[in-house]
Amino acid sequence: MARLAVLSGLALLTACAPRDVPTGINDPYEARNRSVHEFNIDRDRATLRPVAMAYGHAVPEPVRNGVGNFASNLSLPGAVVNSLLQLRPGDAAQNATRFLINSTIGLAGLFDPASPMGATKVATDFGETLHVWGVGEGAYVELPLIGPSTERDTLGKLVDIALNPLGSVLSSDERTASLAVGVMARVGDRYTYSDIVDSLLYESADSYAQARMTYLQNRRYQLGRGAEPEYYDPYEDPYAQ
Amino acid sequence: MPSETSRRGFLITGLVAGGLLAGLRPAAALTTEQARHLIDVVVGDINRVINSGRSESQMLVEFERIFTSYADVPIIARSALGIAARSASAGQMRAFTDAFRGYISRKYGRRFREFIGGELKVREARPYKSFYEVKSTAYLRGQAPFEVIFLVSDRSGRDLFFNIFIEGVNMLATERTEIGALLDQRRGNLDALIRDLRSMG
Repeated sequence: MARLAVLSGLALLTACAPRDVPTGINDPYEARNRSVHEFNIDRDRATLRPVAMAYGHAVPEPVRNGVGNFASNLSLPGAVVNSLLQLRPGDAAQNATRFLINSTIGLAGLFDPASPMGATKVATDFGETLHVWGVGEGAYVELPLIGPSTERDTLGKLVDIALNPLGSVLSSDERTASLAVGVMARVGDRYTYSDIVDSLLYESADSYAQARMTYLQNRRYQLGRGAEPEYYDPYEDPYAQ
Repeated sequence: MPSETSRRGFLITGLVAGGLLAGLRPAAALTTEQARHLIDVVVGDINRVINSGRSESQMLVEFERIFTSYADVPIIARSALGIAARSASAGQMRAFTDAFRGYISRKYGRRFREFIGGELKVREARPYKSFYEVKSTAYLRGQAPFEVIFLVSDRSGRDLFFNIFIEGVNMLATERTEIGALLDQRRGNLDALIRDLRSMG
């Protein structure tokens, strides 16, 4: 709680307008990123993809959904803290409500009765908090085993792990279990989105460039929160981007 | 749901106005309603196919048809080729656009396959500069709903969509990256790219 108070104070001190969402690609570490990308592709081909396929075929969909829901529910307390740090009490209330409903009626988070009730998940993280505080995106980086990120989002991930409010509540066995569920959920996602991930990683002419493009566009869209995007008009200039 | 009611209301108005067949009306500036109507028709077709229970290969043929009927393939092709389009001859551009049409239809036809058993719903349409933005939501089984945005223009002479954004990831940028990389692999040889594109996607 003290940690939270300190960070809230920090949020107020540094509360300035969110950075404008950039449009270009800033990739000064491209050579290193590309070798990490090769490593990640190898790991996916040798381990993650085969494990995900086996998991997807062996475990029925309702159980996989239950695992996904459970992991997603565990991420909510951290999201609530981040929404507060972003001075978005509405989002914090929505995720807190969701956590209460799914942790109780939803049987410890295995089911998601909150979504049909209107309390859908507001995905957020410390990377977004930094964005709201005015921290720029930084360079693009591809992280080993984790995948595409930026300098700001990498720092965000580290803080999210350190800051996780559940960390102080759970016993060490529970922490291990929640980590295992998180990994299973990731494997489940690799199965659920196997078509699109396979096509991106294995059918693109340049899967590194495609992964970078996809991540940056999706992340900027998420951070833009429905703000009017700068659509480019190919009828005006088909060569511009 | 209000959006549902207004969509139906619009469909009826659209029918009365005789705007049922996109592209067959006399040349007039595209309106928000017409942009929305085009995407209603596209989305209606997609929903029909993904819930038709037909075989996957039959669905792929249908998706290709939807894509070629409602998308402005020439402008998408030119944009995907980027700077290289400037130095291409008219004949090369024709051949490239033709090869690209098959490639992009197969590729995005397969993308729609992920929508099988789900549903797309048009939410809202609004003008943006010289074209229109039509927002829809995809409801897929076992996934949180996500946003799909179509950009619609009549600059080709017909009402057609020229870009799709799925949660911010857009087709033009993706294809610019892809075609650029394919061209690099062929050391900038456009004819080689055209030949290979005919069997890709």
